[in-house]
Amino acid sequence: MLDHELVNQTLTVAMSTGGEFAEVFIEDKRSTSALFDDGRVEELTSGRDRGAGIRVVVGGSTGFAHTADLSEAGLTHAARAAAAAARGAGGSGRAVVVSPVDVPRDPPVRIAPEDVAKAGKVELLSLADAAARSEGPSISQVSARYGDSRRRILVANSDGLLAEDDQVRTLFSVSCVATGDTGLQTGRESVGRTIGFELFDQTDVGDLARRAARRAITKLRARPAPSGEMPVVVGPGGGGVLFHEACGHGLEADLVAKSASVFAGRVGEKVASHLVTLMDDGTMSGEWGHFTIDDEGHPAGQNVLIDEGVLTDYMWDRLRSRKQGRTSSGNGRRQSYQHLPMVRMTNTYIVNGADDPAEIVATTESGVYVAQLGGGQVNTATGDFVFGMTEAYLIENGEITEPIREGNLVGNGPEVLTRIDALGDDFAMGSPGMCGKDGQGVPVGDGTPTLRVTSLTVGGTAA
Amino acid sequence: MPELLETARRVAGWAKGGEQVEVFIVRERNTEVRAYDGEVESLTASESHGIGVRVVSDSRQGYAYAGALDESLLAETLAEARDNAAFAQPDEFNGVAVADGVTLADVDLFRSDLADLSTDDKVAFAIELERATLAADRRIVGIESAEFVDMIYESAVATSSGIASSARETGCYLSTHALAEADGDTQTGFGFSVGRSPTDLDVAIAAGDAAVRATRLLGAVKAPTSRLTVVLDPWVTAQLLGIIGHTLTGEAVLKGRSLFAERMGEDVASMSITLVDDPTDPAAFTASTVDGEGLATRPTTLIDGGILSAFLHNSYSGRRSGTASTGSAVRPGFKGAPSVGARALRIVPGARDPADLIAEVDNGLLVQEVSGLHSGVNPVSGDFSTGAEGVMIRGGELAEAIREVTIASTLQRLLHDVVAVGNDLEWLPMNAAGTTLVVADITMSGS
Repeated sequence: MLDHELVNQTLTVAMSTGGEFAEVFIEDKRSTSALFDDGRVEELTSGRDRGAGIRVVVGGSTGFAHTADLSEAGLTHAARAAAAAARGAGGSGRAVVVSPVDVPRDPPVRIAPEDVAKAGKVELLSLADAAARSEGPSISQVSARYGDSRRRILVANSDGLLAEDDQVRTLFSVSCVATGDTGLQTGRESVGRTIGFELFDQTDVGDLARRAARRAITKLRARPAPSGEMPVVVGPGGGGVLFHEACGHGLEADLVAKSASVFAGRVGEKVASHLVTLMDDGTMSGEWGHFTIDDEGHPAGQNVLIDEGVLTDYMWDRLRSRKQGRTSSGNGRRQSYQHLPMVRMTNTYIVNGADDPAEIVATTESGVYVAQLGGGQVNTATGDFVFGMTEAYLIENGEITEPIREGNLVGNGPEVLTRIDALGDDFAMGSPGMCGKDGQGVPVGDGTPTLRVTSLTVGGTAA
Repeated sequence: MPELLETARRVAGWAKGGEQVEVFIVRERNTEVRAYDGEVESLTASESHGIGVRVVSDSRQGYAYAGALDESLLAETLAEARDNAAFAQPDEFNGVAVADGVTLADVDLFRSDLADLSTDDKVAFAIELERATLAADRRIVGIESAEFVDMIYESAVATSSGIASSARETGCYLSTHALAEADGDTQTGFGFSVGRSPTDLDVAIAAGDAAVRATRLLGAVKAPTSRLTVVLDPWVTAQLLGIIGHTLTGEAVLKGRSLFAERMGEDVASMSITLVDDPTDPAAFTASTVDGEGLATRPTTLIDGGILSAFLHNSYSGRRSGTASTGSAVRPGFKGAPSVGARALRIVPGARDPADLIAEVDNGLLVQEVSGLHSGVNPVSGDFSTGAEGVMIRGGELAEAIREVTIASTLQRLLHDVVAVGNDLEWLPMNAAGTTLVVADITMSGS
């Protein structure tokens, strides 16, 4: 992507004021999105983002600057700005020579998005619209979105590392509005993978659209959600968001280092039910949160965070692992070359259990069954978190009965982890997510089998 | 800035016959300084610019952008947008904006003292903010973040229909997140100070707010489920207004995604609610004299004494609704075509002091923070359920702190259930201002 001599030169400038560590991150990203809404293909957008982010570390301070100008002059200017921002103690600096490291590479995608005619992408959207509307006249609005991106990155640092990656992601989503006597309701489905256009050999967008439509229609007869503490069963795939919020963020080493996590200082302790083995795995080929190297050039890891209920490790990036004298876990990620990397999740999942999912529901006297979760949010310092239910039902006498309206559930991470008393054998990955932290969004995946929490607070309006 | 407008006009001038072209160019400079342990944790100096081009041809719309302004990219971006338009389906209302004779508000949103502020002074702000937060209360044991952020923003819009507008704004804020601890319990609280110039920033206010918010939650317990009155902190109200603003756009109405679609002229809120979007208000952090399509921004009263009185429009939704743009085109930076949105929402303040309003609540919850607004509030159906923390109000006095509960209603009901509006008005780094609201009959779910 960039001449190695120019990389050496840029890093040498970055280190010239006495920096301890310098890094240059080059990104070239092309993306396409197409939106179908209100009965027609509304718009196609294509974009190009290309630039370099340069950071310099001195002691506890990081200086960072970025530029869209990849010429020698542009890179030198940014390297000087980053070095000045890090406020190096001065000194002579040293020359940097990088050499490519051997990193795992994914096989090339089967169908590169840029090789697919725009008409082929647009056609999927009309298909989805027609399929959604075929579910019935109550479907009053449909929007469908297609998106692809190809992100090439190069990371080089003053330790001599140089690594490159080529990441292709493809995404498709459908949102429906149903109109009935009770007003408007919505249903959404999405699929996203770190692969090319072959996604649509595996995924029937018509099926996806019909599921979204049925979800909206079902909710037209939803009754107000109950309020108060009760058992909650979460269906396969969906529960990943729960763990992402209940403990995922709290296991990020940057928050732990500032004591802004309830899980700080608890490695080796039992923090969850023995049923819970929690992984964060960036190596899961094809999954939405997958990559071969992270945005610091470190290979993706397969990291066990909780092993049968015992906290085994946090997630690490370069800065925090270096302070601890250990290696990164491959969790250093950033939204773009305009952002500093920090500790982020990849694909976070709970290892499959042994219980029969039907039995889990049947043995729940009364409670709530959540078939699809929305997003969530957590305060890592207190552990209190929420997550939304976008398709949920009452459980009455061990049976799934009436649909209920949308709302949040609230719980405390460390408490909820100990209250998981059943884990199904029906593991599935959930929908593609965008995880936000400090204003940066990165693609993340998650997965779980069916599971039951003995008590969670459901935030409805009904008594 | 003249060169941004010059470039935008030049590219718009490349429109072919029968084709409409709109060019948006932005240049932004940002600094973010984070302090930790009395030192700079990170200092980010950003300079970015980009171009977004919209082409409308045969009533079809295409868009393309590039995060750089190289001469070769300008032509490539226009060509790509033109190509994209060929794949969209026609809509007779598509088109760029046409000048409507409204003149730009005479307000100055640019402060040269921010543009001239030295890096050392920015660092000093962040370090002093961390120090003041830690010193504000002995129970403050740490911080999650203490930062100074500034931005200098310049933009230009030019169209083949003759629009040529430019704007520049400065903004800065201090933001601190405190960790408080007592008797083994940890709680967090944030504080802000926002402005256009460094002289607007007040370290003591940001630090003091963070300390009060964090320490008053110490010892918080879960409350039993009940129906009660809630008092929404200005910060919570501002976030709520952001969501309501969405439902009041012409785009949401036309596409059948607004719960207010058929309600024009009807009672949609308590009489005490008058909701205004006024991007020309220089006090608003997000104020701008020019909208995303190059038209002058202007004030719009959306709800007047509880009666729904207007929707916001860009040129597309205005044309399609048989009315006109309200200068409310907003853009997601240069990476997307203009949509419709509020820029500076506020509820016209009432007459009463927030403290007096609290004193009148017999059994209620002062809601200091809500969470999961994106996951538990559906602006299409109106379902409203969020995580909440705050302080109980008993007999008009603040009582025990509460955590891990939700508050729920519907947006429709919630607006009608507002029983009082405070006389406070606080602008935040978002598209709405906060005002204390008292809302009756909310379900609080807890133990």
